[in-house]
Amino acid sequence: MTQTHSDYRLSQLDQLEAESIHIFREVAAEFEKPVLMFSGGKDSIVMLRLAEKAFFPAKIPFPVLQVDTGLDFDEVLTTRDNWVNRLGVKLVVASIDDAIANGVVVDDGKTSRNRLQIGTLLNAIEENGFTAAFGGGRRDEEKARAKERVYSHRDEFGQWDPKNQRPELWSLYNGRLHEGEHMRIFPISNWTELDVWDYIGREGIEIPDIYFSHQRRVFVRDGMLMSETPLNPLREGEVVEERTVRFRTCGDITLTGCVESTASTIPEIIDEISVARLTERGATRGDDRFSEAAMEDRKKEGYF
Amino acid sequence: MSTETGQMDLLRFATAGSVDDGKSTLIGRLLYDSKSIFADQLEAVEKTSEAKGHSYVDLSLLTDGLRSEREQGITIDVAYRYFATPSRKFIIADTPGHVQYTRNMVTGASTADLGLVLVDARHGLTEQSRRHAVLLSLLRVPHLVLCVNKMDLVDYSQETYEKIHAEFTQFATKLNIPDLEVIPISALQGDNVVDRSTNMDWYSGPTLMHHLEHVHVASDRDLVDVRFPVQYVVRPQSDEHHDYRGYAGQVAGGVLKPGDEVVVLPSGMTSKIAGIDLFGTEVPQAFPPMSVTVRLEDDVDVSRGDMIARVNNAPTPSQDIDAMVCWMTTTPLKPRQKLAIKHTTRTGRALVKDIQYRLDVNTLHRDQDTKELGVNEIGRVQLRTTVPLLCDPYAKNRTTGSFILIDEATGVTVGAGMING
Repeated sequence: MTQTHSDYRLSQLDQLEAESIHIFREVAAEFEKPVLMFSGGKDSIVMLRLAEKAFFPAKIPFPVLQVDTGLDFDEVLTTRDNWVNRLGVKLVVASIDDAIANGVVVDDGKTSRNRLQIGTLLNAIEENGFTAAFGGGRRDEEKARAKERVYSHRDEFGQWDPKNQRPELWSLYNGRLHEGEHMRIFPISNWTELDVWDYIGREGIEIPDIYFSHQRRVFVRDGMLMSETPLNPLREGEVVEERTVRFRTCGDITLTGCVESTASTIPEIIDEISVARLTERGATRGDDRFSEAAMEDRKKEGYF
Repeated sequence: MSTETGQMDLLRFATAGSVDDGKSTLIGRLLYDSKSIFADQLEAVEKTSEAKGHSYVDLSLLTDGLRSEREQGITIDVAYRYFATPSRKFIIADTPGHVQYTRNMVTGASTADLGLVLVDARHGLTEQSRRHAVLLSLLRVPHLVLCVNKMDLVDYSQETYEKIHAEFTQFATKLNIPDLEVIPISALQGDNVVDRSTNMDWYSGPTLMHHLEHVHVASDRDLVDVRFPVQYVVRPQSDEHHDYRGYAGQVAGGVLKPGDEVVVLPSGMTSKIAGIDLFGTEVPQAFPPMSVTVRLEDDVDVSRGDMIARVNNAPTPSQDIDAMVCWMTTTPLKPRQKLAIKHTTRTGRALVKDIQYRLDVNTLHRDQDTKELGVNEIGRVQLRTTVPLLCDPYAKNRTTGSFILIDEATGVTVGAGMING
C-alpha cells in the first residue's frame, strides 16, 4: 500500500463544489435552453463562479437573466456588469418598469416590487423560451426551501406544487418537461451562509461593496435598519442617522435592511456570522416577515 | 485563503421516525446544542407553540416547513437540515417514519452515509423501527445508529437497553449493516446526545454527537474500480483553446491518473489519460466525488452517457437488469409496462419483464404471488433496456448501481432501482 484513504480526502467545501458543478453540467447537457438567474447577490455570484468552473476552458453555455426592480443597489449593478464582461456571457435584463408599461404586471401602488418580480420573471422565462432557470436558493435559508428539490418543477403557470414534488434520489436528476413548463434549478441547495462566505474568501472573487462595513445614512423601520433613499420615503417618526453598517443580503433597496457591523474583510464577516443569532432573512428581509408561510406562498406563485 | 470550516469534512445522515419517537426533539437538540438554531427561528417556534396551546416548545415546528405539514402536525416530505461542529459539517435528511412515506425515507437514505433509527425504550423494537433498519440496509447506508430514546422514562435501566440491543443485533444479522452502534439516550433530558449522561454509568460507549463526529466514512467509497460517467463534452472552439476536447464528469469510483490506460464504454475503444483538469489546473489524480474534466491522448469518439473505466476493470454493458425497485406512485408497476430509465448519465427506455417478488419491509418475507408493486412497495424486478447500462451491483457502487424510472407520459419519477449483483 502506497496510499491510504486519507490521501483521497475532499473537504466539505470541495464536496459541495463538486456536487454543484455536477448539477450545472447535467442541466447544460439535458436542457434545451437554460438560463442563470443573477441578482448580483453573493449566492448568485457563487453560482456564476461554479458555472465558470464547470465548463472551463469553454465559456458558460447559457445566458444570465436579471430582473431589474428599479430598486437595486448601484454597487450590485456594477458588480453584475463586471462579472458579465469578464466571463463574456450574454445578459438578459427583465425590467419591472417595462413589464408595468407593457401591462405584463399591474402596479396597484400596494404590491411590493418584490412581488411584481414574479410576473416579470415568469414573462421573461416564457418570452425567451427558457426551459431551466438556475437560482441561488439555499435550503438553510428558510423552512419552505428546506423541502425543495434541486430540480424544482414549475407548471405552465410557473407555479410550484410543494405537495407534489418529484422524488429526488442519489445524484440522478429528472429533467422531463411538458410544453410550456420549466425547471428551477438550485445548484447550491446544500450550501449554508457560512459555506458561501468561505467559498468567496477562498476563491477571492468580487462581490458588491455593500457586503462590507461602511458608513450609511439609515433609519429604523420594523426593527430593521433601512437605507435612506428617495425610493423609500420616510414615514412619520422615522429619523435618519449615520451608522457603521453592512448588508447580509442584496435585495430590493426598500425592503433590505442592513446590520451594524465593523466587518470589512471576509474573515471578519465569517467571524461575525459564526456568532450571529439571527438568520440572514429573519434579520434583514422585510419580504419574509409578512407571515410564517410568506416564502412558501411566493414560491408557489413562481418566485425564485 | 481558506478557513477552518472550509476544511471540515462532511457527514450526510438520514433520520427516520415520528414525533412519538422523539425524533424532532432529538434533531432540535442537536441543532440547539450545536448552536445551529437562530434566535428568530426559536422565537417563531415558541410563538407558534403557544398559539397552538402547547405547554412545551414544539421543536418539530422547526423541521416541518410546509403549511400542510404544520396543519397536520406530521412530517410529509424530506427536509434537509444543516449544522456543524468544529470538526464536521452535517447534512440531515429528516424523513417521515410512517409506512405511507416509505418512498420519502428511501429518498433521504439514498445519499446518506449514516442512518439513525430511534426506538422508544418503553416499547422496544417496533414494526416501524425494523422497517427503518431494513430500508437503510437495502439502500446500503454503511453506518447505522440505533438510539434507544426516552431512557429517562425507564429509570435509565441497563437491562432495558441490553434487551433492545440484543434483540436488534439478532434482527440485524438478516441485514447488510457493516457498522452498528446502539446508544441509550434521552433527547428530552439531553442524556448522551451531546454530553455524557451521569445517569447511565454502566454505558461506556460514545455519545451520539461524538459518534457522528468521529465515524469513519472516507473508506466507504470505492477507490479501486475506476468509473467515470461522461456528463458533458467540453469543446471551447475558441482561438486560444482550439484543439481542446475534455470529458467532464464526476468520478463515481476509483482513482484516475494521467498516463492510465483506459477503455471507453460501450464502444470499447482504448486510450490513455492525457491530463485531468480542474478549472485550468492540472491535477495529479481524481477520485470520488470530484468533478473534473478528463482529456485523452487519442481522438476517440466519446459522448455523454459513455463511461471511462480501466482496460482490465470495466463493467459489462447489459440490457438485462435485475434490481430491487421501490415504487413511488399510486398506479401500480406491472409486467410489460414501459418506462424511461436514467442510470448515471445515460437515459433510455425499460420494459418490465417480470416482478419476481414483493418484499415485506417489516418482516423481510418475499411474497411471490403478487405480480405488481403498489406505491411505497419494494420488489425484485427484471427489466430489459433499449440501451446497454454500464452498471455495477449497487452493493459495490451506489452511483453506478442505481437508477430511476420515469413515467414517460407524466414525466414524474416513479421508481428507484438498486441493481443486484
